[in-house]
Amino acid sequence: MDHTRSHTSAVTTGAAGSRAADTHAADTHATDTRAAAAGTSQIGDVPVVADPDAGSVGLVKARHVTVARPPRALALEGGQSLGPITVAYETYGTLNERRDNAVLVSHALSGDAHVAGRHKPDDKRLGWWDMLIGPGKALDTERYFVICSNALGGCNGTTGPASIDPATGERFGTDFPIITIADMVNVQALLLDKLGIPKLLATIGGSMGGMKALQFAVAHPERAHAVIAIATAAQQPTKAIAFNEAGRQAIMADPEWHGGAYYGQKTPRRGLSVARMIGHITYLSDAAMREKFGRRLQDLHDYSFTFSADFEVESYLRHQGLAFTERFDANSYLYITRAMDYFDLARGKASLAEALRPAQARFLVMSFSSDGLHPPYQLKQIVSALRATHKHVSYYEVQSDFGHDSFLLERFKMEGVISAFLASSAATFTPLAASGAVAGGAV
Amino acid sequence: MDRFDYKLIEEMVPEGATVLDLGCGDGELLAELVRERHVQGSGVDVDPAAVEACVGRGLSVFHGDLDEGLADYLDGSIEVVILSFSLQQLHRPRMLVREMARVGRLAIVSFPNFAHWSVRGQLLARGRMPVSEELPYQWYETPNIHLCTVNDFRDLCRREGLRIEREAYLNRFDRPTRRLRRPNLTARIAIFAVARAAPPPAG
Repeated sequence: MDHTRSHTSAVTTGAAGSRAADTHAADTHATDTRAAAAGTSQIGDVPVVADPDAGSVGLVKARHVTVARPPRALALEGGQSLGPITVAYETYGTLNERRDNAVLVSHALSGDAHVAGRHKPDDKRLGWWDMLIGPGKALDTERYFVICSNALGGCNGTTGPASIDPATGERFGTDFPIITIADMVNVQALLLDKLGIPKLLATIGGSMGGMKALQFAVAHPERAHAVIAIATAAQQPTKAIAFNEAGRQAIMADPEWHGGAYYGQKTPRRGLSVARMIGHITYLSDAAMREKFGRRLQDLHDYSFTFSADFEVESYLRHQGLAFTERFDANSYLYITRAMDYFDLARGKASLAEALRPAQARFLVMSFSSDGLHPPYQLKQIVSALRATHKHVSYYEVQSDFGHDSFLLERFKMEGVISAFLASSAATFTPLAASGAVAGGAV
Repeated sequence: MDRFDYKLIEEMVPEGATVLDLGCGDGELLAELVRERHVQGSGVDVDPAAVEACVGRGLSVFHGDLDEGLADYLDGSIEVVILSFSLQQLHRPRMLVREMARVGRLAIVSFPNFAHWSVRGQLLARGRMPVSEELPYQWYETPNIHLCTVNDFRDLCRREGLRIEREAYLNRFDRPTRRLRRPNLTARIAIFAVARAAPPPAG
């Protein structure tokens, strides 16, 4: 969920939008404070960046590869197979000769491969996790080779329901097979094969990205030395399923949805925008809502006594909803939320601990105190399960008022521990045994 | 500073043991145990900077409050549970000592002895709350809310049905102290290794 970006675009929408966009202003302030305190209270090797742009990866571009070409189509968890699959991805930094410095970033529900830097010099939008990725940042691109790909089922370059079905020459729509987090992760592994990376130094993600990181550790245990799972859960919680279902029903109730066959016509943007509004409510904490909007009115001195967006919070949600429809495909929203809802690492296993037993990685699990979507107890469950089988695991709970959004905002409360964990992971990395080597090769 | 109290704790920890260090701070003791005793260690601390420091040392650490207890851990699942100089900062020290002895086959507890003659002297002669190297805080800013004496701790062990396996005393953090004959009066720092001898009392 790249709310950060949405906040940026909300600057133009008046008071509500600019308050929401204050997260960026807050970042800048925090930078100044931190810079002023430079050299006094640093623990670990956290770099101090006075100018946020100083740590930028600069201009970047998305690339594409094709994997799972028939007859080696990808066998999906749901029983169907899919291939060929196009994967959109970006990379920053340099893969070293030993190929032991690769860090895979996984995005959340509405994210994409563009995780850092700018696509064009005048881009106002930075990659969705730019605050953590770049020279001298937590994922230091001078040390690590950072990879992020658009998830299977997405709509930003990777094969999804809006792609052409090679069998029919038409867009998939709802003929696209139901996919799962496991399927997304298997596509990530195929991408790593293409990039010639036998084993990741780390796989990291927040929210749905954290699910992918956990799933990767279980499905490809020999290929991940470290896992950083942030603001996520080992199984989609009931409340999240409920909100997702409300969002899907909003999309499917839109008369423009046409059973998913709306391509080339009007799109179900009203439904999608309601789904996004629902999502945004779950990403904000009670405190953040009160602080950002309160009961303030939008460009009004008094109630209008109509159903228009009197309150700033209404204006904000409407704007976020509509802006989202410009960049996201409604069917992708259905498929990806479904994948999240189906996510349950312990499914078919005696316990979560048993499910995690195959993992060989060292883990860092991070939660945020005000996260209402994935409260700290859900992250602690992961830690308990890992401890039950004596895995190396550390748990870090960030005190933050930003709710689930925190993982996209709290740069200075996150980067120290992430950078320390990556450094200690790099110091303990063991290469994949030669027998398990992947057929590498340049893309 | 070389911590001699850590050395004494180290001597009480078997080679290769599983160790849980409660209130592990920046992980100095735990890192030493990993290095010298090859333990499988993990720590718990409530301070974010401490957690970050531990992670940087490559240690496994849990960011949390000791007063929440050790509910996650099964009986006897850890060989040695350590509480180094944190007992006096807990809201429920008795509960945690009981939990340590439940989870750990050995529980090591170190604390500042509030019955040391210099502490008594500051109260008796000056009528002021004691301040020393082991008790470095003024009364209005101290995190120490449950101070105890050597005799108090022995008494707690008796009440809890804990057997005292080892005890060691120091007058300085950074060097050994020759044998102290009346530790409740003469030791500034006490280190106890205790184990469960009988089932915990009801309540």
